[in-house]
Amino acid sequence: MAKRESPPRGSALKDPDNLELARNEAPPELLRELVAHLRQNRTHLREEWLRRISETRLLTAMTKEEIFAEATSVYDSYVEALETGTFEALQAYARNLSERIIPRGVETHEVIGIVLLLRDVLARSLFAKHQADFEKLNRILDAYEPAANRIANTVAVGFVQERERVIRQQQEAIRELSTPVLQVRERLLILPIIGVIDPQRARQLTEQLLRGIRTNRAKVVVIDITGVAAMDVTVANHLVQTVEASRLLGATVIVTGLSPEIAQTLVTIGVDLGKMNTVGDLQGGIEQAERLLGYKVVPSTEPH
Amino acid sequence: MEVPILKQGEFLIATIQAALSDADLEQLRLALVQRVVRFRSRAVIVDVTAMDVMDSFASRTLREIALMIRLRGAETVIVGIQPEVAFAMVQLGLTLEGVATALDLEEGLDYLNQKFKTIN
Repeated sequence: MAKRESPPRGSALKDPDNLELARNEAPPELLRELVAHLRQNRTHLREEWLRRISETRLLTAMTKEEIFAEATSVYDSYVEALETGTFEALQAYARNLSERIIPRGVETHEVIGIVLLLRDVLARSLFAKHQADFEKLNRILDAYEPAANRIANTVAVGFVQERERVIRQQQEAIRELSTPVLQVRERLLILPIIGVIDPQRARQLTEQLLRGIRTNRAKVVVIDITGVAAMDVTVANHLVQTVEASRLLGATVIVTGLSPEIAQTLVTIGVDLGKMNTVGDLQGGIEQAERLLGYKVVPSTEPH
Repeated sequence: MEVPILKQGEFLIATIQAALSDADLEQLRLALVQRVVRFRSRAVIVDVTAMDVMDSFASRTLREIALMIRLRGAETVIVGIQPEVAFAMVQLGLTLEGVATALDLEEGLDYLNQKFKTIN
């Protein structure tokens, strides 16, 4: 037991940055032995790992063959990282793997789960191999554990980072795509708003609309909020401000598609809607806008 | 800096060319209110395209001009408010309530011509 408190391991526990150091301090021949053991028993240990994965029902989004292929690569990168003590290749592989499996709906807990399973499977095999020599087992584990933990860390962080990158990218895309200002007729714009409006997006909407009014010389704007599920005080007030700012540019705003829930909210929180011109649906809004602009839509006589 | 006021048919057009001091604004108010009756104008257009800042004093003075001119028997249209200025104004609660606005001078003239059904 005293051996388990040996300096390298103790310091490694206190400071995660020292993991590398701890690994380096482990006698290289132990590590070589460890790697050789893992290489020798590759087929058997990989099978055992796969069995544990399917037992715990992880990675259900992937087929057996895919899991086998990925597991083989993960196993080899894992052993390589143990051997060389460098994590760049593993990190790159983790990122690449995440890129491929995130769109398939693989969850964070699954990725971390399988790496931890591999760690456990390998540790068990070490126990089995060195059960006769407790001292040696301890020293092998001293070499193995910090590196194994660091590998698990690397893979998990890589996965989460990739996920965050995807989320950021999507947010950016939504922000760019979600606020089209469209001209339907000479001097008539529509602004269909879909999704959640937060203060930042509300501000961006207003800026785009005001710029759109100026460039298209619009006189009437229809803001359709059919696709907006909920609205709070801040956003409601912002909408009122947008209407007022548009009027300062000489454009009339018609708001359409207020859902019963939003109508309820606006009345309950007492937003001043006196200045807002509202129509039930988008069609009605466009019809009223056309009246304001002096358009008259007449059906052509008898279709051929 | 004095704001030039042009007589264009039945309308008076005041074009603000640069940032105005409070005194300039008061001078503009006085000049417009005097001339609108002297020239028997039916409407006044104030073009603020060149203003990239509109503080509460300027906004209040514009509104006062519009209300005073109504009492003198004519219409007022404020034209050329920039998008950024408009947004800043509403955030400060300066909405020029009860005052007609238009995108630019051309739109303002259109609006008035529609209203009076006359042709220049």
